[in-house]
Amino acid sequence: MLAFILRRIGQAILVLLTVALISFSLFRFVGDPTQQMTSQDTTLEERLQIRKNLGLDDPVIIQFARFVGNAARFDFGVSYQNRQPVAKLIGDRFPATMELAFASAMFALFAGIPMGVYAGLKPNSWLARVFQTVSLVGISLPTFLIGILLIFIFSVTFGLLPSFGRQGVVNLGFWTTGFLTWEGIRSLILPSITLGLFQMTLIMRLVRSEMMEVLRTDYVKFAKARGLTPRAVNYRHALKNTLIPVITITGLQLGSIIAFAIITETVFQWPGMGLMFLQAVQTVDIPIMSAYLLLVATLFVLINLIVDLLYALVDPRIRLSGKAA
Amino acid sequence: MSHRAAAPQPRLKLTWKERVAIWRDSDLWLSFKASPVAIMSTAVTLLIVIAAIFADVLAPQDAFDPVALNLLDGFAHPMERGAGSNMLFVMGSDEQGRDIFSALFYGTRLSLLVGVASVIFSMVLGIGLGLLAGYLGGKIEMLIMRVADIQLSFPAILIALLIFGVARGLIPPQQYETTAVFVIIIAIGLSNWAQYARTVRASTLVERNKEYVQAARLMGISGFGIMARHVLPNVMGPVLVIATINLALAIIEEATLSFLGVGLPITQPSLGTLIRSGQKFLLSGEWWILFFPAMMLVILALAINLLGDWLRDALNPKLR
Repeated sequence: MLAFILRRIGQAILVLLTVALISFSLFRFVGDPTQQMTSQDTTLEERLQIRKNLGLDDPVIIQFARFVGNAARFDFGVSYQNRQPVAKLIGDRFPATMELAFASAMFALFAGIPMGVYAGLKPNSWLARVFQTVSLVGISLPTFLIGILLIFIFSVTFGLLPSFGRQGVVNLGFWTTGFLTWEGIRSLILPSITLGLFQMTLIMRLVRSEMMEVLRTDYVKFAKARGLTPRAVNYRHALKNTLIPVITITGLQLGSIIAFAIITETVFQWPGMGLMFLQAVQTVDIPIMSAYLLLVATLFVLINLIVDLLYALVDPRIRLSGKAA
Repeated sequence: MSHRAAAPQPRLKLTWKERVAIWRDSDLWLSFKASPVAIMSTAVTLLIVIAAIFADVLAPQDAFDPVALNLLDGFAHPMERGAGSNMLFVMGSDEQGRDIFSALFYGTRLSLLVGVASVIFSMVLGIGLGLLAGYLGGKIEMLIMRVADIQLSFPAILIALLIFGVARGLIPPQQYETTAVFVIIIAIGLSNWAQYARTVRASTLVERNKEYVQAARLMGISGFGIMARHVLPNVMGPVLVIATINLALAIIEEATLSFLGVGLPITQPSLGTLIRSGQKFLLSGEWWILFFPAMMLVILALAINLLGDWLRDALNPKLR
């Protein structure tokens, strides 16, 4: 087990270093960093001084080492556009994206699992067919269209929910939250449904097919033969066993929720990291782009690592194959 | 001087008629005939493709030539005649008097063009790298597959955005508009190659040890020749399925990028750009500017997706 953990952590570090190299090359080779920090009036001597201060004259390998060292201390340099430290800009926006991602994941789980269980238990009922159709729509409609559709229905037509922005935010000092006010929760509803719909349909389909498979197994038949109530059979025996893959998928999908937040945040003008990243792409604000890339990659790798380790804990076959290799 | 009569050479070239006969006898055609969904989605896709190709002839208005527009026609409702030119706007017009129906032809054409080109780009790249990895093995295989692993763990849209950002940094601003189409094709293409590489590598590993490959090797055919002429045709089935489904994904990806404002500019609008420009009128009630391009996008993506689903089932030997 220890060997498996160490090997897995080693792989994760390798991936992170690769991404760091890409981030670094972005920063170093795309456009001239000094060009962005100076105006036309800057003299040549001043430019050279800036180059020297930034350490752009050192060997590339030393620059890369410095970049990694700085990144480890959350120092990503200064934004070209805002002239503020990138770490501060990201720090300000981090809570907004995290709360949106959390709310979406919760929506996906708490809507997806019951729908999947129902569709698995009664695959031929009309409601199960409705769920299947809805899930087909959820998969084939692009995210941004779902967002626009929701805005059109709930904000424009019925005026029930706000169509953009993050309102009712309470500042806790180290974190800003929208969960404490009614306004904040209301403005969170549409974006989190938009962002979580794809994952919800994924979970629903997964739970449905797992349920149908588990219900055919011998131990479920045996539980029925023992005269247990359908409730006990369906939920205590069957559902429990479908949840392991659900946890894995949810974990892995958390990463793509954070990435797809770029689209949702744009549709709803949600002041998160994704919106900032998009603006950085449009204005070629390289420090923000490379910091965002590193941050998202770290989140991805961490989530993958945790899911893998949890899986090895739950499923002994993976541990054993790790030993054999 | 040879006394042996020349043995009749097996004909390698088939006539057109024979090809049709073989095709009509194939499992694929039988499965196609039996599936209404496949027939419907093919018909819809073909119709859209034809409309896109002949956009110049079929569209009632040359929608992206400023000279053809009449500002007095602005914001005509669907099925209304414009106040300026008295032209009938089947799907309404936008603020500049542009016919939405005509704009759809041109937008669909660009969406399809970018989709097809980027799928071809990622297919060629992915197949090449996958064949190399599967056939050569060793360090090259490890390197290619590790890169593919890393890339597959990131969503394609993120990678495409990044590539777009890099391109923006490298291309001078005056050339943004002329290069936009190529940038977006490369960005989407580069973000999707890994899946092909994985599939092709897996099939190549299986094919590599089969007797026909060994026979080809004994005949002295070069490694490249074996890969291109013998292994490649045998791994194309799954690749075609992925390509079809990826075409729908690429079209949606392009629309998403254009919607986010990092895709095609308004002077060369795709469906995504049209949706983006229609979004600001949604709150003021001019719903048609957004609605029709969005519907077109959904229908196009859905038809291609259904086609891909059918193709996957039809080519899956387990389901026969």
